[in-house]
Amino acid sequence: MTLATIVRKNLTRKRLRFALTLISILIAFFLFSVLQSFREVWQSGIENASDTRLVTVNKINFTQPLPFAYFNRVQSIEGIEAVTHADWFGGYFQDPQNFVQTFAVNAVEWIGLYPEMISPPEQVRAFLDNRAGAMVGSGIATRYGWKLGDRIPLSSNIYSQTDGSSVWDVQIEAIYTVEDQFDDTIVLLHYDYFNESRSFGNDMVGWLVIKTAAPELNDSVIAAVDAMFANSSAETDTVTEKAFGEQFQNQFGNISLILTLVISGALVTILMIVGFNMVLAQRERIKEMAVMKTLGFQSSALFGIMLGEALLLSFVGGTLGLLASMGGVALISMLTVGILPAMSLSFQTVLQTYGLMLALGLLTGIIPAYQAYKTRIAVAFARN
Amino acid sequence: MSDALIRLEGVKKSFQKGQERIEIFDGLDMEIEAGDFVAIMGPSGSGKTTLLNMLGGVDQPSGGAIYFEGDRIDSLSEGKLAKWRANNVGFIFQFYNLMEMLTAARNVELPLLLTKLSGAERKKSVAAALELVGLADRAKHVPTELSGGQQQRIAIARAIVSDPKLLLCDEPTGDLDRVTATEILEILQLLNRDFGKTIVMVTHDPEAAKYAKRTLHLDKGQFDERELAA
Repeated sequence: MTLATIVRKNLTRKRLRFALTLISILIAFFLFSVLQSFREVWQSGIENASDTRLVTVNKINFTQPLPFAYFNRVQSIEGIEAVTHADWFGGYFQDPQNFVQTFAVNAVEWIGLYPEMISPPEQVRAFLDNRAGAMVGSGIATRYGWKLGDRIPLSSNIYSQTDGSSVWDVQIEAIYTVEDQFDDTIVLLHYDYFNESRSFGNDMVGWLVIKTAAPELNDSVIAAVDAMFANSSAETDTVTEKAFGEQFQNQFGNISLILTLVISGALVTILMIVGFNMVLAQRERIKEMAVMKTLGFQSSALFGIMLGEALLLSFVGGTLGLLASMGGVALISMLTVGILPAMSLSFQTVLQTYGLMLALGLLTGIIPAYQAYKTRIAVAFARN
Repeated sequence: MSDALIRLEGVKKSFQKGQERIEIFDGLDMEIEAGDFVAIMGPSGSGKTTLLNMLGGVDQPSGGAIYFEGDRIDSLSEGKLAKWRANNVGFIFQFYNLMEMLTAARNVELPLLLTKLSGAERKKSVAAALELVGLADRAKHVPTELSGGQQQRIAIARAIVSDPKLLLCDEPTGDLDRVTATEILEILQLLNRDFGKTIVMVTHDPEAAKYAKRTLHLDKGQFDERELAA
């Protein structure tokens, strides 16, 4: 037997209370890990945004198109290194519920502007050479079981072809992978293939992506682009990629704030529950602590036993919550393919979770541990 | 200087209760020789338990001095007193005070965690202590599976397992029936007679006091000593 045996035995002596407290901690840390992972993915578009990429959209709102000519005209602006354009295809695979994030793009420029999308050169070449080719993210390919060379029907819930069909047959020529948390669920089509066959909106583009030579040039390029199209029938609004991501996300409300409030609420609640239980446990055991002191145990040993109990409770419950969250994250990731980049439990989230377990253990254990430390033998016996 | 195991010189003890100051002892003197078995009797509130607590270093006098083997203990720090208790004193309480989540063997082993004995040595000592109180076959039982008398025997095993010189017993038979109380008192007598343990026992029971070598009557903060045959 060691003092650790006493810590363990103390913790499990009231089994129902122990089980309920453990489950509460498990749920709190499960929520924290899952929501934190979701927040990471949600913010990844903003956090991974390039500081030299700008997005130009119609000033009315980003669903309104811009004339294709803008793509050529902005290239003359000083400070711009490259430009590409994209259209929102509104894609789905077989069933409208199988949402596929599909962009019709100027592929050559797009691939140059997005080095985050990594694909073998021969696949990129094949994609560029095939007008009806598609480059797909590994996440979406895995979900639908797509392989290189597959011909797949991509439907649009916005556009139709001149023959009335809303289905575009494309051939998968390249599969890209990503680093960090860049979106791996995008499907790229060739703008020309899409533009020639669509029944409306021809020779318009959804938005421009501009690469500047340096972040310091962003402001002057933004001003120049928007000035170029001022007082035209399609005025522009140019912002950094990060600002565009934030604007896009703000349509859904301040998700980060909501998540922070939910996470904080769960953690504060668990802090109160565990703290109350630990104080209760210390009060119930005041006589035992007096006995241990009588036998010769130092006050510091009792402090350690009580604090150890709170830490053990927090780490056991938290670790179980973390393990459960792996399943939760995998499930959400599966359900949101095509909507969000693949979710995973990042090393940073695991570290944060363990940091919070430590904080929970210390915060809930420190008061009862101090009370155990200060227990006066004669007073404790007299009260009991 | 005498060679008493314990010596009290002019010990004072008072409590503040609201506005009132209650004097328990006002200059108490006392000596207990090594190997003695002393019963302390007296009316409720006479300070028996307070005296026992001071002898065991769990409560400190307001004045005067307490010596153990010639060394003053009342002025030791809390940490040093804890160490002194671990090395020299075994406590036996009226309500046993065992840890309910630990088996009998682990309860007995508890004081040995403060020693440098190895796990195997601790097991050996625990087995010997349980054997001595006749409960070797109950080693794996938790306190709630044992009778009051068995629990008190486990408490005695815990008190003697680290081989202290002094055993302090606070109403050790107060919660037991006569037959069981006799068994407990016989064990205490055995520990005093055959193992040379010095025992100080607080009791209300004159029958229990008969097992001691002498009885001290405490009243109004002073002893009225009448030696009784063991």
